[in-house]
Amino acid sequence: MANAIEIRALRKSFGRTTALDGLDLTVREGEVHAFLGPNGAGKTTTLRILLGLLRKDGGHAELLGGDPWRDAVDLHKRLAYVPGDVTLWPGLTGGEIIDLLGRLRGGLDPKRRQALTERFELDPAKKARAYSKGNRQKVALIAALASDAELLLLDEPTSGLDPLMEATFRDCVSDERQHGRTVLLSSHILAEAEALSDRVTIIRDGRAVETGTLAELRHLTRVSVDAETSRPADLAGLAGVHDLVTDGLRVRAQVDQVALDEVLGRLHQAGVRTLTCRPPTLEELFLRHYFSAERTVAGAPR
Amino acid sequence: MTGFAVSGRAGTGLAGARALTTLAVRRDRIGLAAAVYVIAAGVAGTAWTLKRLYPTPAGRTALAGTAGANPALRFLYGRLDGTSLGSITTWRYGVWAGLFAALMAIFVVIRHTRSDEEAGRLELAGSAAVGRQAALVAALVTAAAGVLAVSVLLCAVLPLTGLPAAGSALLALGIGCCGLAFTGIAAVAAQLASAARAARGIALGVLGVAFVLRGVGDSGPQTGASGPSWLSWASPLAWIQLARPFAAADPWVLALPLAVGAAGTGLAFALAAHRDQGAGLLPARPGRATASAALRGPFGLAWRLQRGALAGWAAGYAFIFAICGAAAKGIGQLLGTSTALEREFTRLGGQAAITDAYLAALMLLAGLVAAAYAVSVIGRLRAEETGEVAEPVLATATGRVRWALSHIAVAAGGAALLLAVAGVATGLGYGLRTGSAGTWAARMTGAALGQLPSALVLAAVAIALFGVLPRASVGGAWTALGLVVVIGLFGQVLQLSHWALDVSPFTHAPRLPAGPVRAAPLLWLCVVALALSAAGLAGLRRRDIG
Repeated sequence: MANAIEIRALRKSFGRTTALDGLDLTVREGEVHAFLGPNGAGKTTTLRILLGLLRKDGGHAELLGGDPWRDAVDLHKRLAYVPGDVTLWPGLTGGEIIDLLGRLRGGLDPKRRQALTERFELDPAKKARAYSKGNRQKVALIAALASDAELLLLDEPTSGLDPLMEATFRDCVSDERQHGRTVLLSSHILAEAEALSDRVTIIRDGRAVETGTLAELRHLTRVSVDAETSRPADLAGLAGVHDLVTDGLRVRAQVDQVALDEVLGRLHQAGVRTLTCRPPTLEELFLRHYFSAERTVAGAPR
Repeated sequence: MTGFAVSGRAGTGLAGARALTTLAVRRDRIGLAAAVYVIAAGVAGTAWTLKRLYPTPAGRTALAGTAGANPALRFLYGRLDGTSLGSITTWRYGVWAGLFAALMAIFVVIRHTRSDEEAGRLELAGSAAVGRQAALVAALVTAAAGVLAVSVLLCAVLPLTGLPAAGSALLALGIGCCGLAFTGIAAVAAQLASAARAARGIALGVLGVAFVLRGVGDSGPQTGASGPSWLSWASPLAWIQLARPFAAADPWVLALPLAVGAAGTGLAFALAAHRDQGAGLLPARPGRATASAALRGPFGLAWRLQRGALAGWAAGYAFIFAICGAAAKGIGQLLGTSTALEREFTRLGGQAAITDAYLAALMLLAGLVAAAYAVSVIGRLRAEETGEVAEPVLATATGRVRWALSHIAVAAGGAALLLAVAGVATGLGYGLRTGSAGTWAARMTGAALGQLPSALVLAAVAIALFGVLPRASVGGAWTALGLVVVIGLFGQVLQLSHWALDVSPFTHAPRLPAGPVRAAPLLWLCVVALALSAAGLAGLRRRDIG
């Protein structure tokens, strides 16, 4: 399968601030790819380079087989973009802006526009200055989803949407995947990425720290084990066991995958009464990456 | 305990007014001080210049005769009341100083009320221990401080030019009171509309109506009750002259603007107490649910965003230049009353050419203001970029150059339209009073369009800066325009060198209707404009957006 987006060793700095520091990112055609990172990690800068709004300082960036800077206009006919902070022309109505953006992109499907306007419960006759943040977000989303672009670039698309509209948005993205569209979804909302995405790239300080399917990422990570046994289980001192908490007959620990077999063996010897093993949530993954980053910063100036 | 005290005061609606006033003054300190200085300096400078131009009572009497006989001049400046130096100063600049004071008050009041409210800043401030009326108080105090500063400054400075102290004080107070009246009017306008633009529009509309009422009233017959002079009494702008500062002083007239200001302020507080944050009293009209066929592509968008402003500019141009054109008849006699001015104009083109010189000066003015319009349109490009509305457009199949060209087209086309309007209006205004309106309209249209290449050079400077030095582009473009205005209007007076004069593109424009037209300079101006624009667009293609 071809790649919709291919970024290797991408660098970009603004004056002394380094926004991207050798970023790698590959988005395959037809997948929903979540681009996760905290504020200021470089997500928006990456999207702006992909849109040809910013010029890369170094590295390689390829979008739908073209150069995002040189072939910007031709590529933009094939993609739709929802900015993170949607600003609209205050004197135009939402409906006018949806139509305008569609026409600028090369056309939109009036039936889909109508259906999406109803689905997102947007009043298209209101002037943009009267819209709340969520409603401005809906205008940009409808304009993007009603296009027949093969690639959707969504920058934190649900910020400002209420939970009901967030669910609507998730349904829409699922539909888009069914139709074979590629989606790059930048977010710091982990549940969203977990619910929607085929693959995930985690970015920190302008660099991809981890990338893969959720299954692959879990493969690299620890498993949460929570067990109650008939006799005290002795897990202390085992290699690959972390954050061990022993509370009488109950033990809780984070276990590396390589140590799982050994841990289960010991639990079995102690007589298992209840046992919960679950993959880490994305929140836990995330916290681990950023928590360790903060520790590095606090511990020693780099 | 303190908490109770604070919440108790918040209930009165005025808590936090002092802090917000400090903030407003802090935000406005440079702009407001500059505006106060410019208005006061305008009045004092006028008094000083008139003293130099009309030193003798005989010259002033002759001026009074011609100024009184010319209805167009009475429309522009008001009635001349007596022949003293103070009287002609009041005539020449009283109404306009009042107009500028009113403009200052309107912009300050709307800026600190509706603009902040629309932008959501008041919501943030209002969530603190700040009363509902505090922002309105801050805006009113700041605006009133500004207009009263003008009065105080003039009270001190005008006597230095040799005007009687009592009359100076009454003129100064008249100007200040006019500003106070419009402070109240702007406060009401800020409650009516939910958009700052619309609120400013309402207040400026009232100001425009006041100007026209006064103009029509003043241009009627000088004496007798038959004329429509009662219309003047309905206009705050006329009250400055109706108080007759240097004739039979009638200070009680100034109770009128004070009453208007007080009534407006009271009404604004009453309205503000009964409405929701962010809401206006005039309902926000729903718009179209789908875009019309015209809103297609970047050019349709640029036209949609700029058409309202262009219509306003064109209406203003038509109005002002028709009046200025009408005033051209008899300008020769008016200037003839001042030997100094006559010498000045004779040096420029001979006694017979005084009218032509006046018309050429008008066209220069039209060109400079059209350049300002074009620069403001180009400035919109940068505003769209920093306001992040350019981003969604550039993320579609719209190239940067096409996007920029859409606004450049409005700038160039708009400047051409404004100049054509100025030409037609001046020609009709002059022609209708002298006969052969059609011929004059055609002649003056040509004269006005002769300024277009020069105006476009300034727009091109703005484009070049936008492409190459985006951060400095807006300030740089207006600085360039300011230099050109100084060279164009005061270059001769300041006796600048040829080199300095030649920097301004308007030095190379033909001085029509009477001067010769040479093709070479016009072509060169076009070449320079194209080269600068091309440089700007090339820069835009290479740089980061945002």
